[in-house]
Amino acid sequence: MTTEEVKKKAAAGAKKEKKAVNAKDLTVDPATVEMIERSRELGIETIFDRAQTMKPCNIGLQGICCKNCAQGPCRLPMPKGGIEGEDTRKGLCGATPETIASRNFARMVAAGAAAHSDHGRGVAETFLAAARKETEDYKIKDTKKLLEIAPDYGVDITVEGEDGEKLARDMDEIAVELGETALAQWGQQQGEVITVKRAPAPRYELWKKLGVIPRGIDRETVEIMHRTHMGVDQDYENMTDQCTRASLADGWGGSMIATDLQDVMFGCPYPVKSSANLGVLKEDHVNIIIHGHEPLLSEMIVQASELPELLALAKEKGANGIQLSGICCTANEILIRHGVPLAGNYLQQELAIVTGAVDAMVVDVQCIMENVANVADCFHTKIITTNPRAKIASGNTIHIEFDEHTAFNDAKKIVKEAIENFTKRETEVMIPDYSSDLIAGFSYEAINYHLGGTFRGSYAPLNDNIINGRIRGVAGVVGCNNARATHDEAHITIVKELIKHDVIVLTTGCNAITCAKVGLLTPESAKVFCGAGLAEVCETVGIPPVLHMGSCVDNSRILMAATEVVKAGGLGNDISDLPAAGSAPEWMSEKAISIGQYFVASGVYTVFGVTLPVSGAPVFEDHLYNKLEGIYGGMWDLEADPIKHAHKMIAHIDKKRKALGIDKSRERVLMDMAARQKLEAA
Amino acid sequence: MSKLVAFAAIQGAYNIVSKAEGKYKRALETYGGSQKLEFPNTAYFLPIIYSLTGIKVTDLDSAKKPLEFARQLLPPHVKKDCHLPYLGPLLDGGMAALFAEEIAEAVRYVEDPDFYQPEMEDPDVDNGKIWLGAADDAIMRKRGVEFVDGTAPGFAAIVGAAPDPATAKKMAEEYQLKTIYVFMAANQNGTTFTEQLIEEGVQIGWNTRLVPFGPDISAAVFALGFANRAGMAFGGIEPGDYKKMLAYQKDRIFAFVNALGDVNAEWAANAAGAINWGFPTIADTDIPEVLPTGVCTYEHVVANVTHEEMPQKSIEVRGLKVTVADIEIPLAYGPAFEGERVRKDDLYLEMGGGKTQCTELCKMGDMTDIEDGKVDLIGPDVTDIKKGDRLPFGIYVQVAGRQMQADFEPILERQIHHLINYAQGIMHIGQRDISWIRVGDQAIDKGFTLKDVGVILHAKFHQDFGNILDKVQVTLYTKEGDVGELTKRARGEYKMRDDRVEKMTDEAVETYYSCTLCQSFAPSHVCVVSPERTGLCGAYNWMDCKASFEINPTGPNQPVEKGEVIDAKLGQFKGVNDFIYKASRQAIDHYNFYSMLIDPMTTCGCCECIAAVLPSCNGVMTVHRDYTQETPCGMKFTTLAGVMGGGQSSPGFVGHSKYNITQGKFIVGDGGLLRMVWMPKSLKEEIKDRILKRGEEMGVPDLFDRIADESVGITEEDILPFLQEKDHPALKLDPIVG
Repeated sequence: MTTEEVKKKAAAGAKKEKKAVNAKDLTVDPATVEMIERSRELGIETIFDRAQTMKPCNIGLQGICCKNCAQGPCRLPMPKGGIEGEDTRKGLCGATPETIASRNFARMVAAGAAAHSDHGRGVAETFLAAARKETEDYKIKDTKKLLEIAPDYGVDITVEGEDGEKLARDMDEIAVELGETALAQWGQQQGEVITVKRAPAPRYELWKKLGVIPRGIDRETVEIMHRTHMGVDQDYENMTDQCTRASLADGWGGSMIATDLQDVMFGCPYPVKSSANLGVLKEDHVNIIIHGHEPLLSEMIVQASELPELLALAKEKGANGIQLSGICCTANEILIRHGVPLAGNYLQQELAIVTGAVDAMVVDVQCIMENVANVADCFHTKIITTNPRAKIASGNTIHIEFDEHTAFNDAKKIVKEAIENFTKRETEVMIPDYSSDLIAGFSYEAINYHLGGTFRGSYAPLNDNIINGRIRGVAGVVGCNNARATHDEAHITIVKELIKHDVIVLTTGCNAITCAKVGLLTPESAKVFCGAGLAEVCETVGIPPVLHMGSCVDNSRILMAATEVVKAGGLGNDISDLPAAGSAPEWMSEKAISIGQYFVASGVYTVFGVTLPVSGAPVFEDHLYNKLEGIYGGMWDLEADPIKHAHKMIAHIDKKRKALGIDKSRERVLMDMAARQKLEAA
Repeated sequence: MSKLVAFAAIQGAYNIVSKAEGKYKRALETYGGSQKLEFPNTAYFLPIIYSLTGIKVTDLDSAKKPLEFARQLLPPHVKKDCHLPYLGPLLDGGMAALFAEEIAEAVRYVEDPDFYQPEMEDPDVDNGKIWLGAADDAIMRKRGVEFVDGTAPGFAAIVGAAPDPATAKKMAEEYQLKTIYVFMAANQNGTTFTEQLIEEGVQIGWNTRLVPFGPDISAAVFALGFANRAGMAFGGIEPGDYKKMLAYQKDRIFAFVNALGDVNAEWAANAAGAINWGFPTIADTDIPEVLPTGVCTYEHVVANVTHEEMPQKSIEVRGLKVTVADIEIPLAYGPAFEGERVRKDDLYLEMGGGKTQCTELCKMGDMTDIEDGKVDLIGPDVTDIKKGDRLPFGIYVQVAGRQMQADFEPILERQIHHLINYAQGIMHIGQRDISWIRVGDQAIDKGFTLKDVGVILHAKFHQDFGNILDKVQVTLYTKEGDVGELTKRARGEYKMRDDRVEKMTDEAVETYYSCTLCQSFAPSHVCVVSPERTGLCGAYNWMDCKASFEINPTGPNQPVEKGEVIDAKLGQFKGVNDFIYKASRQAIDHYNFYSMLIDPMTTCGCCECIAAVLPSCNGVMTVHRDYTQETPCGMKFTTLAGVMGGGQSSPGFVGHSKYNITQGKFIVGDGGLLRMVWMPKSLKEEIKDRILKRGEEMGVPDLFDRIADESVGITEEDILPFLQEKDHPALKLDPIVG
């Protein structure tokens, strides 16, 4: 197709356009600017345009629209200027704004937890199939990690020999039992999700005391759906408790199990070098973009794309090779294990297609905009859905279902489809010349290794430098993009502000991709952007100031890292004692709400950007923003201004430093003989 | 900056591993895989490899695995841009280098057997043999005790050479003053710190704490291997438990590296290796610094430190405090000078040692009669004589204090030996009326006079025993008549004291004393000392513990009420059981004082001797740590200590002091000294008089002659006929295993 033809085709599907906002006001990413302009030139409508024409519902934004029964929707908007005296707003059934907002909030938690955990279930099923050798395509690759995690699932790694000595247990047997135990967590009805016990002991005891330990992964989500049905749970505090159960079943359950088992099957991530942004696409290569959230398929595609026969086919079709790249968390998954480059984050998915260089975009689940199908229709690009849960009716999407038993063959079919499509490129290709180097793959095991090597690996050096003040604290900055905010701006501003004030940043998801695009994941960035203390530590260890830990289910890695920090000592006894804070600057997905809730319930002060749908229910809002601190030591907050957002986190970190007594400079302790004799016995 | 260090160190590690592989390959071709590969007289194989991986290297074949491991540990090279993290890889590279160097040094023992001087404490400087190489276990245990009791808190591993010999000397003396060992390795363009010290006439060797390990950087492994053997021997750390070992080193061994001169890649690799131990590097050159803390307690690499500041800066970086005794004498003073000799050629004045009488006596006096700080010399001083003269000498120390007891007199008196010896240029040997003092030319040149002996004793008695005494007065005699008179009086005192101590029994006292003096070093062991069972290190008897408790009520010696007697024969007491249960953190709930067969007392790595059952001889043997040969139980001392040290109760074995052998309660539950069928000759001779006495008491006056030694044999089969011929009493006792 010529540019003119594309324009014509696009015009057929697009609405009448208003005067477009300057692309530079929509994003801070130059590649995205170029591609928005290119899409406009071609007349292709993207989310950036729709965000201008369609405004969000103001009542939904406040969280106080109830459509849970057919007597509504009941809308209880906050009067302009607020409420003086008693709040008398009620729905037909008498539901207060608190009840309505908390129900809506709970349903977001349920959806988010369900998304992560259903991903986890798929991983567990595949793992078990691999352990039972029912598939040849997946293997137990990282036996070290298998042995490390098995005891956490109550799986013995030794067996007793004849004379009572401990012998190593058969690896396959361990894997099968681990897989069975893991999978059982979903359907479990009573007791506790087993991995919750990994939390620091005081945290676990607190949850136990509060009665919020999840019984089974699925059960808590189902119960939210029940409680939020018309006329069930009408107490926002009680509802929040259930949000905690469901979210813990996600973060310390479904997500954590997904991370664990993925690591055992595909290898625990260790730092790798790669690059990020649309500039990683190669005009002379077959470009396959993997988009979505799961590594099950993408791992196979990585292998398939390296097959000599398929490389030969690509050559035959005139391509110089196959360039894989990724968008969203599936990208993060294959980046941290294989160094596959990142094409972009959530808001760049349509724009990647607009380059005209994408021969196939393979998608699985979550955060796939339906409109990619429409954009793809303007080009030769094939959108290939692969997951039975996630089909797209729009456009000429094709579905190649992916099954763990025939995984590699499915992957080959998909790659072949892309190669065949290479010859069908017609539009002139325009790839923005922007990409940046990055280092990613900081699993908590990798951090442990890199802080001391094979023999001295430990979180102690991190703690030590937090205590001595070189590092002020730790921030987990995660989450999506949101078309209601300037693309990438809050992510970058907040992260830069944090590292400037010596706060080291752990990142996952689309925040990680944003940081990658601006070079914050390079070790060299430490000297440029960090305060002197953090810069010195980064220089010593050779790390970037922003550590990419993986996809959004890998937020469980942040929980484990926080737990390791607690265990390493000197910074209190619980996650809530740590000088740490969480942030989701540009969140949009319901998964973010589940993540936020499990971070808060784990004791982390968690600030969201953009908006939170609770402003119409001030009492519930106060419960989330303030009262939860008294219960969990962590609480929610909202701050749309990125600089203020960062400083709220820093203030919280300083508060925790003071409580720990590490707000003053530490004196050098010189040991004399008496002090040495007082050393605790080893 | 750290990146440069990482780049260089990883490069260096590659070089070192490759060189070691080449050396290994050549050795394998020359000698074959069954060629023995070992450091002299050690039960810890190649100690770094053994302690951290559990691999026992005994021959060339068995060195293959650790060498391969070293190769695997080598991390990727550090890239210029957007590099991967390097701290962990850097430490791994350093470790790989050390593993490789340890094997390379072991190969050197095969290729060039005379290069190092095994089992020597001091090198043979006069014959140009200056390199000691790996310390053997006897030296390690002897010196290790100094780490245990705190007289040596750590070591400075000096690599390279000072800019000039005078600076080297100054630095070495500064460390000696600070009681820190100096371990020397590597050279700077062929010049070594060791040779610089020799050039300046400084005595080197273990005795002066200036240890010349070797001329190459690879000799650094001897320092780290020494530290790890101490961890296994005293800390009870299992081989292969690298986490515990390195944590032990970081927390308890205050060592660091001083890099003198240009730091090349191989030095950097070794420095990186040492950081695994928590040992930082302090350099005199402008190398990149690594200041953030974490793996080491404080900074990792500190650069550009002047030689003058280096010792002080180094110990601060390592987090150590050393209190230097401030004694107003013209000589340097500290434990490092204890082992220094005054040779004949340097001798100015000699007192005692058989040529003249030299006597020491400490007596408690009345508070009102003693004038604190008064030091009188009655008779000629050094200024009144000429080089090579001799004088008789009497040291009479009077002390008084509200907490002072007559029982403490011998304890104070025993201090005189090392307190005088601590002065640089003065040598003291012996005690009581057989003392022997040599004063070197060097001391005289610096202005030493005999009165300084009094100054030392006054100052140190106050420093060390301030809790029990308030006044110290010293009178020194150098006229024959006065010395004779003092000697006569002293001999009366000695006899009275000995009788009192001899008569002291376990039954006569209600309180025993714990000793955890070594817990900073041997964290899991607890001694309990009774009058008839002195501490197994030989350093502390019941009276010492009692005094130590009086001096420092919260210190390492605490009273233990023995309480109900559970078993009088085996020596088990309820109060003691309760105490050890608590002190061992529930690991041990009881033990017996007088039996080595049934639940014997636990043993740390510091014991002077170890007794072991010899079943076919129906008796026991004992061996002291200076005896390095095989014994009839099939194990050398060092193997025995390795098997049973670390706070375990091991039936069939027990650690004890030399003195304890002839005490009344020595394994009396198993038949007592009459069970003793074998001892090394040197030990037997050392305590001959007491064996004769004890034999007489037990009704076997010629027991001494019936005990076999290595001249009879070193297997049970060899000594049994001797025992039968001599009709050894053990053969008639109840079966020892039953």
